[in-house]
Amino acid sequence: MAQTLTQKILSRASGQASAAPGEIITCQVDLCLLLDSGGPRRIWPRLKELGAGVWDPDKVVLVTDHFTPAVDAQSAEILRLTRDFAREFGIQRFFDMQGIGHVLLAEQGLLEPGMFAVGGDSHSSMGGAFGCLMMGFGAIEMTGVAVTGEIWIQVPQTVRIDWSGEFGAGTSAKDIMLKLCREVGTDNAGRVMEFGGDSIARMSMAERGVLCNMAAELGAETGVVPADEQTLVALRVAGQQPAADALEWCSDADADYAAVHQFEAADLEPQVAAPHSPANSGPVSTHAGTVINQAYIGACVGAKLEDLQMVAQVLRGRRVAADTRLLVAPASQRAYREAAADGTLEIISAAGAYLLPTGCGACAALGAGILAENEVCISSTNRNFQGRMGANSAEVYLGSPYTVAASAVAGRITDPREMLT
Amino acid sequence: MSLVISGRAWVFGDNVNTDAMAPGLYFKSSMDEMARHCLETLDPAFAGSVQAGDVVVGGLNFGMGSAREQAAMALQHLGVGAVLARSFGRIFYRNALNFGIPALLLPADMEIQAGDRLRIDAATGEISNQSRGDDAQVASLPPHLLRLVAAGGLMPYLKNRLAEEAGHGK
Ligand code: SF4
Repeated sequence: MAQTLTQKILSRASGQASAAPGEIITCQVDLCLLLDSGGPRRIWPRLKELGAGVWDPDKVVLVTDHFTPAVDAQSAEILRLTRDFAREFGIQRFFDMQGIGHVLLAEQGLLEPGMFAVGGDSHSSMGGAFGCLMMGFGAIEMTGVAVTGEIWIQVPQTVRIDWSGEFGAGTSAKDIMLKLCREVGTDNAGRVMEFGGDSIARMSMAERGVLCNMAAELGAETGVVPADEQTLVALRVAGQQPAADALEWCSDADADYAAVHQFEAADLEPQVAAPHSPANSGPVSTHAGTVINQAYIGACVGAKLEDLQMVAQVLRGRRVAADTRLLVAPASQRAYREAAADGTLEIISAAGAYLLPTGCGACAALGAGILAENEVCISSTNRNFQGRMGANSAEVYLGSPYTVAASAVAGRITDPREMLT
Repeated sequence: MSLVISGRAWVFGDNVNTDAMAPGLYFKSSMDEMARHCLETLDPAFAGSVQAGDVVVGGLNFGMGSAREQAAMALQHLGVGAVLARSFGRIFYRNALNFGIPALLLPADMEIQAGDRLRIDAATGEISNQSRGDDAQVASLPPHLLRLVAAGGLMPYLKNRLAEEAGHGK
C-alpha cells in the first residue's frame, strides 16, 4: 500500500507494517526535546509524585531558552531547577544558554530523516526540516513520554504544499507561511503539511525550518520537508553521519494526499500579518505606512544567522528611524558568533539597532523587549496573538526579517523591495 | 470521576488561542493569579464568575497556538467541567483530556447561547441544552481517551499503569 512519509515514519515508530489516517497508534519516541518552559519545572514534580524517572536520558535533549538570561528571581529559580534536573537524571545533551531549542537541534544535527521526535513546545514542528516527524505537546503529555518513552497518535492525513519557480527579491519562507496562514487557514488539526516542489528543493535548511516552524500557525500536526542531498550535507556539517537509507524516507509517488496545493514562487509578494492573528495577512502594501514604535528581530523562526543576514542586507548604509527602536535577539549563540565573524552584526549595530541576549525574549513576553500599552510593533516572530508580546492593547504585525528591517529604517511598515535594489 | 457534567454555558467565538487562556505575562505567577486572567481579553467577567461544572463553548479551532498546558490547567483551576467546540487546536485538545476535562465536538447546527443550562454525558456523547429543550448526540470520546478522562487525567492514569506494571513484577 502506498504511504506518505508521515505514514511511513509512524508505521516504523509504532512497529506496524502500515498506518492508515485516523488509526490510533502508540509510538516509541526517538528524541524528546524538553525546554525550560514546559520541561523540568513542570515535569519534575510529577515524576516525584509518580515515583518515576526518565525512561532513557540519552534520548532527551534539554535546553534553556524561554527564561534566559534570568531577569528576575523566578526565572533564575526556573533555570537553576532546569540545571539540577540535567544533573539529577544524567542528561548529557543539555544546552544551557546556547540558544533556542528548535534552532539548536538543527545546529547540532540531532535530527535525522525518518525519526519520530516530540517536544514540549508547539514549534517543535520546526524539526520537520530534516525529513523527520517532530510534533509538539503540552508538558503534561511530555511527562508521560519522560516516564514511558511512548505517546499515542491518531495517524494524520497528509496535505502536500508545492512551490515552483524562483522567488523574487525581498521574499522568504516567512512570506510563504504568512500567505498560507491566510489561504490554508489555521484550523488544520489532524493534518501534516508536507512541503515540496522545485522552489523548496533549492531552499536553504534554515528557510525549510521556517516552513515547518510555522506549520504550528497552520494548526497542523506538524510540517515536514522530505530529506534530500542538502539535508545530508547539513548533517555532515553538524558533525553527524547520516544513515545509509536516509533518502529512502519520502512519500511514495502514488501516496494518498488529503489535498495538494500548488503555488508559483514568482507570484509571492512580501507579506505582513496584522494584529491579532498570523492569518490576518496580506501583501505588505495593505499595511504600508503604519507607524511603528518597535521593530523586533527574534525567535526560533526569525533570528537565525540567515535572518540576521537578511536584516543586514537591508540595513547596510542605512539607519533606524528616529523615534523607532530596532531590537535584535539572535536565536542562538552560534548565530551570534557567526554574525559577528562575517560582519553582519557590525552592519546591524552601525544602523542603530539594540542587541539583546539570545533566547525567546519578547516573543512570548518572557524576556527583554516587551511592549507598553498601545504600542505598535513589527516582528519577525511567528505569532501576534493579543497580549503575547506585552500589553493587551499593543498591536503586533508580523513580517519577514527583510520587512521588519525595512520598516525599522522607515519608521513605518515598508515594502523591503524598495531598499534591496 | 463523573463523566456527566451540568452547568451554564460560557460562549466564545472562533480561533480562541491558548495565550488568551494563559497569558505569558503571568507565566511566573501562581496558578491562582494566572487563572484570574484566563480569557480576560475576550470576556473580563469570565474568570470571576465561572462556576464549578460550567461549560466553555468555543467555535472553530478552540485552543489554537501555544502548547502551554496552563491554558487547560487554568480552566481546570476555575472548575470548568467540559469544553465544547466545532473544532479544537490539536495540543489544547490533548491537554484538556490529560487534565481530565472532557472535550467534545459540537455540531454546527446546535445553538448554545451564553448562560444556557447544559447537561453533557461525555461517555455517551449526549448533549442537552436544557434552557432550549434541544438535544444532540455527538461522537463520544474514543475508548482510550474515555479511559484517560474517567481516570481523572494522565497523572492518575499513569499512576494506575505504574502500579499495574509493579504488580506484574516488572
Ligand atoms: S522564540 Fe517564541 S515561538 Fe520560538 S520557542 Fe521561544 S517562545 Fe516559542
